[in-house]
Order: sequence, then C-alpha cells, then structure tokens
Amino acid sequence: MNFVANFSDLKVVGTRPVRPDGIDKVTGKAMFGADLSMAGTLTGKVLRSPHAHARIVSIDASKALALPGVKAVVTAAGDFPEISSEEAAAGESPVNFRHMAHNVLARDKVLYEGHAVAAVAATTSAIADAAMALIDVTYEVLPFVIDVEAAMADGAPILHDDLVPSGMAAPGKPTNIAKRVEFKLGDAEAGLAEADVVVEGRYETTAVHQGYIEPHAVIASVNPDGQTQIFASSQGQFMIRQYVSKILNMDIANIRVTPAEIGGGFGGKTLVYLEPLAVALSRKAGKPVKMVMTRDEVFRSSGPTSGGVMTVKIGAKKDGTITGATIDIALQAGAFPGSPVAPACMCAFACYDLKNVRASGYDVVSNRSKIAAYRAPGAPISSFGVESAMDELATKLGMDALELRQKNAAKAGTKAAYGPVFPEIGFEQVLDAAKSHPHWSAPLGPNQGRGVATGFWFNIGGDSSASVFVNEDGTISVVSGSPDIGGSRASMAMMAAEVLGVPYEKVRPIVGDTAQIGITGMTGGSRVTFATGMATVQAAEKVVDELKKRAAMIWDISPEAVDWKDGEAVPAGANAGGFDPMPLAAIAAKAGKTGGPIGSEVSINAQGAGAGFGAHICDVEVDQETGHVKILRYTAVQDVGKAIHPSYVEGQIQGGAVQGIGWALNEEYLYDKNGRMDNSGFLDYRVPVASDLPMIEAVLVEVPNKRHPFGVRGVGEVPIIPPLAAVANAIKAATGVRMHSLPMSPPKIVAAIESGKG
Amino acid sequence: MPRLSYAAPASVPDAVKLLAGAQGLAKVMSGGTDLLVQLRSGRAKPELIVDTKKIPGMMGIRETADGWVIGAATPSAELSEHAGFSAAYPGVVEGTNLIGSTQVQGRASLAGNLCNASPAADSVPAMIAAGAVAVVVGPTGQRSVPVAQIVTAPGRTSLAKGEFIFEFHFPKVSGKQADAYLRFIPRTEMDIAVVGCGVNLTLDAAGVITAASVVLGAVAPTQVAVDATSIVGSKLDDAALAALDTAARAACNPINDKRGTIEFRTKVAGVLARRAAKIAYDRAGAR
Amino acid sequence: MSKIHVTTTVNGEPAEFLCEVQDSLLDVLRDQLHLTGSKEGCGSGDCGACSITLDGRLVCSCLVLGVEAEGKTIGTIEGLANGDELHPLQRKFLEHAALQCGFCTPGLLVATKALLDANPNPTETEARYWLAGNLCRCTGYDKIIRAVMDAAAEMRGEHA
Repeated sequence: MNFVANFSDLKVVGTRPVRPDGIDKVTGKAMFGADLSMAGTLTGKVLRSPHAHARIVSIDASKALALPGVKAVVTAAGDFPEISSEEAAAGESPVNFRHMAHNVLARDKVLYEGHAVAAVAATTSAIADAAMALIDVTYEVLPFVIDVEAAMADGAPILHDDLVPSGMAAPGKPTNIAKRVEFKLGDAEAGLAEADVVVEGRYETTAVHQGYIEPHAVIASVNPDGQTQIFASSQGQFMIRQYVSKILNMDIANIRVTPAEIGGGFGGKTLVYLEPLAVALSRKAGKPVKMVMTRDEVFRSSGPTSGGVMTVKIGAKKDGTITGATIDIALQAGAFPGSPVAPACMCAFACYDLKNVRASGYDVVSNRSKIAAYRAPGAPISSFGVESAMDELATKLGMDALELRQKNAAKAGTKAAYGPVFPEIGFEQVLDAAKSHPHWSAPLGPNQGRGVATGFWFNIGGDSSASVFVNEDGTISVVSGSPDIGGSRASMAMMAAEVLGVPYEKVRPIVGDTAQIGITGMTGGSRVTFATGMATVQAAEKVVDELKKRAAMIWDISPEAVDWKDGEAVPAGANAGGFDPMPLAAIAAKAGKTGGPIGSEVSINAQGAGAGFGAHICDVEVDQETGHVKILRYTAVQDVGKAIHPSYVEGQIQGGAVQGIGWALNEEYLYDKNGRMDNSGFLDYRVPVASDLPMIEAVLVEVPNKRHPFGVRGVGEVPIIPPLAAVANAIKAATGVRMHSLPMSPPKIVAAIESGKG
Repeated sequence: MPRLSYAAPASVPDAVKLLAGAQGLAKVMSGGTDLLVQLRSGRAKPELIVDTKKIPGMMGIRETADGWVIGAATPSAELSEHAGFSAAYPGVVEGTNLIGSTQVQGRASLAGNLCNASPAADSVPAMIAAGAVAVVVGPTGQRSVPVAQIVTAPGRTSLAKGEFIFEFHFPKVSGKQADAYLRFIPRTEMDIAVVGCGVNLTLDAAGVITAASVVLGAVAPTQVAVDATSIVGSKLDDAALAALDTAARAACNPINDKRGTIEFRTKVAGVLARRAAKIAYDRAGAR
Repeated sequence: MSKIHVTTTVNGEPAEFLCEVQDSLLDVLRDQLHLTGSKEGCGSGDCGACSITLDGRLVCSCLVLGVEAEGKTIGTIEGLANGDELHPLQRKFLEHAALQCGFCTPGLLVATKALLDANPNPTETEARYWLAGNLCRCTGYDKIIRAVMDAAAEMRGEHA
C-alpha cells in the first residue's frame, strides 16, 4: 500500500476506540507471567551473590538436595554449556551469548552483588528458601569497582581478564574499557575555534531502573524429548526462544514461547534472566517450574540503564549559529560490555544542523548489575549534557532558548553526525508549536522557573510478522508477533479495519506465540506500530486482493474490474457490469465455494522508520531552603508522524515524560561501602507518585512518515529524552544555579544554592 | 526450622500470658505494616505473633474529661477520619497521615509506629510534643510511660518481655493551644522522613507563647526535644524564629545515610522547626 | 502442626482456605483462591498493586496475614463489576485509556473505588494524594486522574 495522502478519508485510524484487551485488564482477568500455573508446578528460586566481586571456589549443593521437597539444583558448571568466544556473537544481533549466559548464571566469578550463582526448584516456596540456605558457596572475595571513572583508572580491579577493547588501540594490559566509539562530521575543533562564544561543562548521570511494576516471571515445562513450553512476561517471545536456545544449546523448534501479558518493560524485559534457569530446572526435575523475582531481585539483578560522565563543548557565533560541538562520554555497562554509548553519541547532537561535530565515548564495565535497554537507550544521558549546555549557550548569547534551537534545527536534508541525511522530519514544526504554545509565555511567580529541552530518537523497523484471517461470518482475526505493552493490539486492529473497510469492533487481534506467527523482533525501540503495523497493513491488503478476486469469481468478471470500497466489493466502473456491492461478510460466507478460507500472513523487514523529535517545556518551583522541586506545569510537544490511536500516543508521551522527570529529580542507584545496592525497593528508589505531578500536556504534531502507509513514526522513546535537561534548565531559571549532576535531589540543590554553583 | 504460630487473644491477660510465656522471639502485631515487611525480608524471625486487634480497647478513639484515649492498635486512617480528635490534635493527625500510603494508613497504628522504634517515625514527634502517655500492660501489671521514654535507640524500646502498649492518653487541649507536624521528604508522599518536626504551642490571650514543645525526628538515634525556651515569651517574631532555628540545629545529631546528609538534615531541621512553629502558632491564635 | 483453617467472605461469597501463618493475604488470594487480579509488585506496601478492601477499608493485601482474614469481609478487583456490567470506574479507565500495561490497574481501581466511597467529590489534588501509594510507571498518571475525576462526576450524576 502506498502512503495515504488524504487523511480526511480515514474512518478508523485517528479515532480513540476502547482497546480489545481492556476489559480483561480492568476486571483482573488478564493473565500476566506470575498469574499462570500448571499442575504439579515447582517453585524455582535463585541463590545470588552477596559480594560485589568474588571468585567462586566451590559450590556444594548436597545438603540442599537432601532436603525433602527439593527437586533440582542447577549451577553453571554443572548444567550449562560453556559458550566459546567464537560462538559468542553468533547471529545478526549485537548480543554476546557468552556474556549473556554468564550473566544468567555466574561461572567462575561473581561480578556484582545479586549475580545468580545457583537455582533451586522445590515443592514449596518455603522449602526452596530453606534449600538455598543449605547451598555452600565458597567465595574468594576480590576488590571491586563501582564508578565508571574509577573503573577506567590505572590499577582498578579488573572484571574480565580477557576483555579486548574495540575501536581503540590495544592497551597492552587488562582493562575495563570494552569499546570506544566516535562519530564525526567536519572538524569540530576548528569549528569551536571559529566561535564567538563557547560553553563547556561536565555533567553526570546515575544508573536508573526501568521500574516496571511487574517483576520478571516465567513458567517453563520441559518434556523428556526436549519439547519445551515457556510462558513468560517479556518484550519478545522470539527473543526468549532464541536466547534460551543459545544458552542451553537446544533446538529452536523444540521451544515454544507464549507471551503472557507484560506488566511494563521499557527495555528492561529485552533480556533473559529467569527463563534459562526455569528451563534447566524443569529439565532436571521433570516438572514445570515457576519463577518470579522479588522487587529486591528486580533492582539488584535486572536492568538498570547506565550512569555516565561527560564533557560537552558547544561554540556559536553571536547570532546563535553553532560552529562546532563536541561530547566525550563514558558510560557504565555494568558487569558485562554493552552500554548504549553508541546511541548516546549518535543522538547527542542529532537535533541540530551542524557542520562540525564530534561525539566520542567509552563503554566501561564495573561491578554493577549488567545494564539493560531503557527507553531511547543512551539518548537521555547525552541529551542531559547537550541540552543543559544549549541552555547555558542561550544565556550567554542573550537569546531565547527556543530561538537558539530554531536557528540550528535539523530539517529535511540535514546530514546527521552519525551518517544519514534526514528525509522529511518535523523538528522545526515541533519547535514552532512549542514557541507558540501559551505555556511558553505564561507568567511565573517567585521561586519559579521555566526550562525547555529537546530530544531525538531514530525509531526503528526490522523483522515483523502479522496475519489477517477472514472468519466465516465476515469478522476478522489478526495475529501479530509483537507483545502488547501499551495498546498495540488496538493499533493493529485499527489499521486492519481501515484497510479492510470494516468496523473496528469486527476485528479481533491477538499476540501469537512462537509457533503461531512468523519471527518478530522485540517490542522496543518504538518499532511496533511502524513495523508490525506495516506487516498488518500488507496482510490486510493481500486479503483485500483476495476478496476482490472472490467477488470477481462470483460475478464472473475480471478481478481488475472489481474495486474495494468501505468493506464491499464494487464494480470498478460502468463497463464492469451492474452488480450490487458485495459486502465482506457475503464473500466470506461463500469462501468455501470460491477457493477456500481467506487469509494472509506477511513477514517483512520493515525499512524507513521516521525519526522522531520532541521539545518539552517544564515549570518548576524550588523551595530555596530545602531544595524541594515541585513540577508546576509540563508540556511535551512531539512529531508523531500520524497517531493511529491518539490516546495511546499521548499516553506514551506522558509516561515517558514522567519517567524522565523521575530520572531528573530523585531516582538513583545507591551503593554501600561493600558495593551492595543500598536502595533496592520502591521505598528508597523513588519513582514519581501521583501527587508529585501535574497533568502532562501532550501536543501531537503530525508530520507524516511517507514510508509508512498511514504516516506512522515511533513515539515511545523520544519523550524520555528531554525531561532531564528541561527540569535542570527550569531549576536554573528558578534558582540561578546550574545542576551538573543527576539526580537533582534536594540535598544537592541546597548545597548548590549555598555554594552558588551546581 | 521452627514453625511460626499466631494467636489473636481476646483479653490483655491472655495476650500478656502468651507473650511472657513464649520460648523464642514473640512479636506483638497491631497493623502489621512493619512486621510483615520484616518477616518477608527475614529481618525478623519470630516464633510467635500475637495479634492484639481483637482485645477490647485496642481499637478506637474516645474523649474523656481529661482528654483523649486512643486504642494502641487503632489504624491511623481512623484518627484522620475522627473530626473531634483531628480538631484537637491536627499536628498528631498530620503525622499519622504521613505514615506510608492510604493503604498503609488503613492498618498502621500509633503503637506500631512508636514501637518499631525508627528515629524517622512520623507520628512520634507530635505525640511527644503533645505530652502523650502510653499505657503499658505486662506481666507486672499496668504502668503509664511518657511516649518520649518508650524508644531508647533505633529498633529498641523500654518495654520489657511480655509488655505491650494498650492505649495512649492525650491531655485535654484547652485555651489557645495547638500543634503541627511537618516532615521533609524528596517526593510528596511515600518516603521515610528525612527530617520531621512536631510543635505544640500554648499562647496567652495576647498571643504570647507561654509553653512550647518542639520535637525533631530523623536527626538523632531517637526523637529529640529542642530547647524551645527562646520562643517562650515571644509572639514568634523573626528573632524568635531565628533562635528556634538555631536551637533546632543544635539539637541534631544525625547520620549520613541514603536518605540525607548530616549537613542537609541539620539545615532542614531548623527550617521545619520554624515552619511548623508558625503553623502551630497560627492555629493556636485562631482558637 | 497443620495449616490454619480460615473462613472469610470474598466479594460477597463465603470462602475458606488453609494457610501458613506467614502467608500474606495476597498469597492466599492468588495461590489458594486463584484470584490473581490482585498483583504483587513489591511485597512491601510501596506499590499498591495488591490493593483490596478489608472490612471496607483500603489496605495492601501483601501487608495482611492470611490468618487475619478470619471472619472478615474482603473486596478485590474481581468483585468490582456487577456481573457483566462494568463499574463506572472500569468504563472510564477504558474510555480515557488510563492503562497501558494494565498491571497496576486492578490496584488503582480498588483504591479509587475506596476514594469515591469516602469522598464522592474529590479535588484533583485529593485524588492524587489518595492514590500516591499506587505506582504506575506507564501513564505518568495523567489519564488515570482524568478517568477518576470523570467517573466521580458521572457517579454524582453530573453528566448529561
């Protein structure tokens, strides 16, 4: 299907129907990972390292296995194949399976507090707890390192003796630096030298957790012939299938993964933690095994995203034209390589049309839990530095902060520092909408300040599959391979209904398991409505073609002489014959006599995801004596391409903005002097609560992405990027102090106000 | 492993007998909002839980000629819903209203909040400032103990084995007397107090402070009283407020921890003392 | 020693179960009575996903012992709708798209029902503070609060 040029013809896309899974979710019927059970299910639990860094000398599970009710204990050495370095990066994805396996279950060393050491399956939860206490693990405790700069310093404790950094000269000695990346356009240093005004600053962010409310949960059942069922809450059933197969050396066809409803992911459920353990335990015990993390385990052993340190330099002419910009950033990867340092660098200056720019960064391991993706991975971190520096630059130039951004805004034809030339993008329209929004010019009171910041995310496409089936009564079933975290089933049904010309309520979508639908990448990167939506549209179009063929057969005319209009076959013109329109249901009823059931499955690698841009305006009031920050008003403007279901698009923007506000103000990983996490619960890991916030106004700018039939751009990632700097810039405006370090918690703000600098 | 047992006795003597006779650790449960978290995390490993909520008198609020009597296990939500007590002791209710969420307030009690013996307990500073007295029952009978003397150190109380708090007595509020409680937290709800401050003031007809009690939480191993003599005799003018700020800071002996630094806690103690005093002063003046 | 037998009332129906002392009421509801609508997000009373009513009062079921349910009346998300007729709050949550993943939704609905029972005409600020113990990580609370305010207005009969 070509791009729909005339949006006013759309009947379903752009409306706000009730989601198909809605009633299950408001009545408590929806089945999340921990809600499922099978007859005879055992409880699985994980024994975790109490040390930040230690060598495993021995593991003796004999006493645990002797406890009545204990059915299996698994360890890496005893039950998991060792994956060689050569096999590690097999496949197209940038995943290192050796590292992943070692993260799921420590082999020679534990690399962080909470690192899994062994797993137990028992008939009850209490017996599993007792069994874990009976497993003797002898550790040789090693020195540890938590902070990124300390991990890079000479003499730092080394996590991986065999780590060879990429993208840089071999250091000739063991290192914690896994990778160096650099993206360049023009000559940044020369550009800075041309500037009339230069700002330079060092900025820091801390690790923050995705904070989904549903802890990881899985139930797995392995038969003696190897056939394996897994029900799990994750962002990708095919991801689980692939990773379990790699880690446990199993045939993929033997693994069937059914996606349970997922209680939030935000990138944090794009990895496996429990699934291989549950499978290994079930294989050994011969019974289904269910495993559910505690909240403490979620914080200590899953997620978070990186913290980092960076230096940002931006130079501009007096008129605001930026002549050069650099960012040097180092990100924590956690215990294994893989921080989002590349996207952090790529996104850093992508909002601006710059001729001379350099972004470089390091990926650094330390004794923290391995980081996982978190909404626009890396981008909020570099954006905090860059957009804070842009605010400083505007102040120095005496320019309106939005005008400075308008002056330098990326537009169609801009070459980004990371390579591509942007096609039609909506950043200028976003900035115009922000500037003309009443919020930007509303009056402020004492101790109040306003900040603005912008954000960019690539948005992605990739592998997606969907099928569309016409049922005998003319209703439609849609199956897609994308777990639905935020309402995507509604979008799939809406797009299918639009193409088929039938009412939304006649289309019922489900998320298929790995045996029911073709391979589909994870729900993440803001790809589902774009890529899986494209697969759904194409499948629906094929069904329309078939429906036209069947009508032609019934009418005994050529298929080319049939048009499809509002859910009915109609003769293409006067010459085609004088037939009455034939509704979809009538064609469906005759399908058996015209060639059999009507349906289509489409598997694609979707290309042409449209980049997304946003600008957020934030008003704060700062209690100058206590440093408490109140968010007074918040407006998030974003180019969404075309909103299929505007309510869920707004919801993505509002939710992302609030996660960014939490990141800005209070969320952080705290470690004690032994390298153990000190705030592993929702009491002291402070996510925003309802009373912390005002309404979040989401302003949808629609600059369609012409590579999607309905103009869709991904929307989920962009909104978490601007808040960090938007809040910081508002605090600067309210207090006069520039906060260089997240979170901007009250003690830090008070200290900054008292010392006169952030 | 020893099995945990549970009892919900219907009288004080039965409860005392169970607690005093327990072989291992016995825990008194009222709302259970701290106890269940401790059980789950393994921080507390009792062999017996004695649920006191079925004992007549443990739940409920009544006004007497001398003031107010609050059953020790009364959930804090009942305190805020009680118009009479809320009017008499708005500061105490402000404190209990800050214990956890709405859900937690549906269970959490004054006795539990006190006997958990956290320096940050939100209901305690205002109770001490009010001069509240705990009626303690136990194997040796009944005794009255000022709330200020219950907590001896973080996690420790002056209660002996077999003892528990049966009820609290709050003196009658008369004349121009009122209280207030403020706490500082990074969010607006759901946090443990970084600093808490309860203030109880009595004024004369001219608005001059004749009695003042100012108590801080979360700035020392236990709740601490501030030397408030500097504001007695004043109309809480700027000089008096500055003096109170200084006195509050001087009373602090905090620690650095994940919730706040020594410097921050000390500074905010002074700020909250001033602000809470101002609220209490305005309330008292309006009476 | 055997398990403890508890007789209680859940969503208006008599219910019995056997439990250990340390089992939370949430464990019992989910594992014994198969009422899995109440969720465990934290197990420490910090997220509200397990919200229920106990003798009409809003509580976290993870902070109640199963044995305490003896003789009590329990209300869970499974009892909110009246047969096949959704409660106005459920309808408004759907109309306003006040859920994304839906994991916190049962707890939020139970908590909101308790709010409107206690205060049929809450201000936005009152609603936000009442619900501060119900964490939602998806929505930023905006659409939840709008749904609550709209449902409250409808239940007061203020809609045309």
